[in-house]
Amino acid sequence: MDYIDPHIHMVSRTTDDYETLARMGCVAVSEPAFWAGFDRGSVDSFRDYFRQLTETEPARAAQFGIQHFTWLCINAKEAENVTLSREVIAMIPEFIEKSNVLGIGEIGLNKNTKNEATIFLEHMELAIKYQQQILIHTPHLDDKYQGTRMILDMLNDQRLERSRVLVDHVEEHTIRHVLDAGYWAGMTLYPVTKCTPQRAADMIEKYGTERLMANSAGDWGPSKPTAIPDLIFELRRRGHSNKLIHKVVYENPREFFSQSKNFKLTSR
Amino acid sequence: MPQTKSEVLQETYLATRAKILEVAAILDRIDLAKSSDGPIEDDPRFQKIRQAIDVLIKEAGDTSRAEQIQLLFSRPYDAKWTESFQLMPRK
Repeated sequence: MDYIDPHIHMVSRTTDDYETLARMGCVAVSEPAFWAGFDRGSVDSFRDYFRQLTETEPARAAQFGIQHFTWLCINAKEAENVTLSREVIAMIPEFIEKSNVLGIGEIGLNKNTKNEATIFLEHMELAIKYQQQILIHTPHLDDKYQGTRMILDMLNDQRLERSRVLVDHVEEHTIRHVLDAGYWAGMTLYPVTKCTPQRAADMIEKYGTERLMANSAGDWGPSKPTAIPDLIFELRRRGHSNKLIHKVVYENPREFFSQSKNFKLTSR
Repeated sequence: MPQTKSEVLQETYLATRAKILEVAAILDRIDLAKSSDGPIEDDPRFQKIRQAIDVLIKEAGDTSRAEQIQLLFSRPYDAKWTESFQLMPRK
């Protein structure tokens, strides 16, 4: 079954992973800007990173017939450095018109600090100014519920179209808040700190398929970039129809991303 | 829902048994380890683990067990956080 991974960090994966994804049915990936595992030292390192997201990764993906799309920001963890964050936010417009850029992301909170919230709001202003979609990271583990509620408070701005915002990494205690508020919700299939395919299937059965997606968030940590096929397998094993499964793993991402002018998915 | 309760139990019984056994072994390991400063029962993390186990054995009610346990291990949300941060999100 063809699928789209709406949140995966291919800069941290080898080219072999692109081949594996292609063989397992992945036709497109959406890669938000994230934390590299260390705190970058300057705005120029972000400029190089954005070049990698807008030039190198699309070329690597294309070797295997996968379309690569990306999002730009300074991530929540490095947002604690307000000075650097503001330099990066000022630099983002240099890349916004690149052909694979879908919007601003993954912005969010990490430890739910004042500096993180300040930079989140400044990213929101940038997205509003340039009419960009927003992809949001919610914190891990003990910080997730508090941070998600804070993020929903900050998103409560009449200038934002809620249908153009994806709140990612939802789990059992945050999904209802995100969906009830009218945003898209992403379930991340990632060991220990996030969700399993089984729990994601449970949430699909409980909340339905409207405005709900799943992703692998495959990155440099212990993760599985082929997690979406695991979800497909779990849903099939439970007796769900191809129509339902295809909606979650292909139609929903396609519908959400189609709100960005740069999302041009090649049909197969 | 495609599956019956019996079918779900049939498919997940061994995995559930293994996960419960893993938790039991961890608690045994804690019991057998040498004492640290103060009784382990006073550690808030240990208290949360015991509270979580209580959630498992009770009826779920309106809120699922998974959601209850997630909230148990979560930092609380303060609706007045913008005041303490002196940030004013627009409406």
